[in-house]
Amino acid sequence: MWLFLATEVLFFGALFVAYAVLRSRFPEVFSYASHYLDTVMGGVNTCVLIISSLTMALAVYFAQRGKKFALVLCLWLTMSGAVGFLVIKYFEYTHKIHENLVWGPSFYVPPHSHEGDLERSVLAKAPAPAANPVPAPTDPSATSLVSLAARPPADASAIKPAQSGPKGLGAWSAPTAAAAAAMQPQDPIPAEAPSDHLADPKLPPNTHLFFAIYYAMTGLHGIHVVVGMIVIGMLIFRATRGDFGPNYYTPVDLIGLYWHIVDLVWIFLFPLFYLIH
Amino acid sequence: MAHSHTAAHGNASEHAAGHPLVGHLVPVSTLLFTALTLLVLTAITVAVRYIDIGEFNIWVAIGIAVVKAALVATFFMHLRWDRPFNLLVFVGCTLFVVLMMAFCVLDTGQYRASQYTGNPPVAQQTLDANAPGAPVALQKEDINP
Repeated sequence: MWLFLATEVLFFGALFVAYAVLRSRFPEVFSYASHYLDTVMGGVNTCVLIISSLTMALAVYFAQRGKKFALVLCLWLTMSGAVGFLVIKYFEYTHKIHENLVWGPSFYVPPHSHEGDLERSVLAKAPAPAANPVPAPTDPSATSLVSLAARPPADASAIKPAQSGPKGLGAWSAPTAAAAAAMQPQDPIPAEAPSDHLADPKLPPNTHLFFAIYYAMTGLHGIHVVVGMIVIGMLIFRATRGDFGPNYYTPVDLIGLYWHIVDLVWIFLFPLFYLIH
Repeated sequence: MAHSHTAAHGNASEHAAGHPLVGHLVPVSTLLFTALTLLVLTAITVAVRYIDIGEFNIWVAIGIAVVKAALVATFFMHLRWDRPFNLLVFVGCTLFVVLMMAFCVLDTGQYRASQYTGNPPVAQQTLDANAPGAPVALQKEDINP
């Protein structure tokens, strides 16, 4: 079993190496993009996994003592910890995919194309120049901090070209006012309404790499949690049948070891992704 | 710790009634204390995030994670009472991962200058096509002048 655990460590180790290389190459991307992860959800997930690890260790103890009811109870508690972890993870993932915080070029596609998305259509309607005549701010540096979605497109011309870069707003602002005015009557949702992360002027290049390694590592970890649920389910079946006792508890022990290593990997993933200062 | 360990061992021997135990009966108090310590360390590592100690943030975070991992391996995975060979396998493979990591980081650092600084072409094309106004086209030099 320990040899298998060693292969697991090497398996995740390769991804940790990829993480280290990316982070040493793009430190600004990691310190920036980490703020898109929900520390509360990650912290709760850490606690859930630690407690499920505890119940798994207690299950081994009760199997050794031959306490069948306590064993089955602890296995169910471990199982519910795994389910809770995946439910929280599901909310995190769907939120990010919803916002196009994903790997690859899709990261740079504004996520406003879903029909009937109330929140986003309200957001996208806000910059309509005719509906909301907001006076143009005079301070260009203040303008750049305002989300693109919340400001009339005409204001784009107020941004200094130096801040917008070679392909940024400076080049784009000239046709915007006319195009937006022409487009407005037919299409109340402007096509250029970006998501929050695309509107952020501090977004460093290659930020999608953070999400690539994030999904790779947490995804592989999530697969391990699913596998853990399957084997713990088998344990529950056998424990309920009364297979385990002081003379025979090796399956509980070994699956417990597997479950602890899943917990152990998350102990490293949590600070490395969620807690970057 | 040594005292409770001996006590628990005596208990286990009674229950095993002559059978050779595969593992060791880790006392419940030890397990609960380990879990409590892990939760406290989690709270500490979250708190440290909001304190700016520069480059040490990452090392403190990794250090706490290593302590937590050691606690899990020692008590939850009962390595403390296992054959030393298991410890050798586990620590050995971890050290080799660290070695591989160190060499990869050193190596990529050597040809950093030859790598591009902006977005990769595919990402930039998607960006230009979909959100031409997004200031993401900034180059690295513009962000940190």
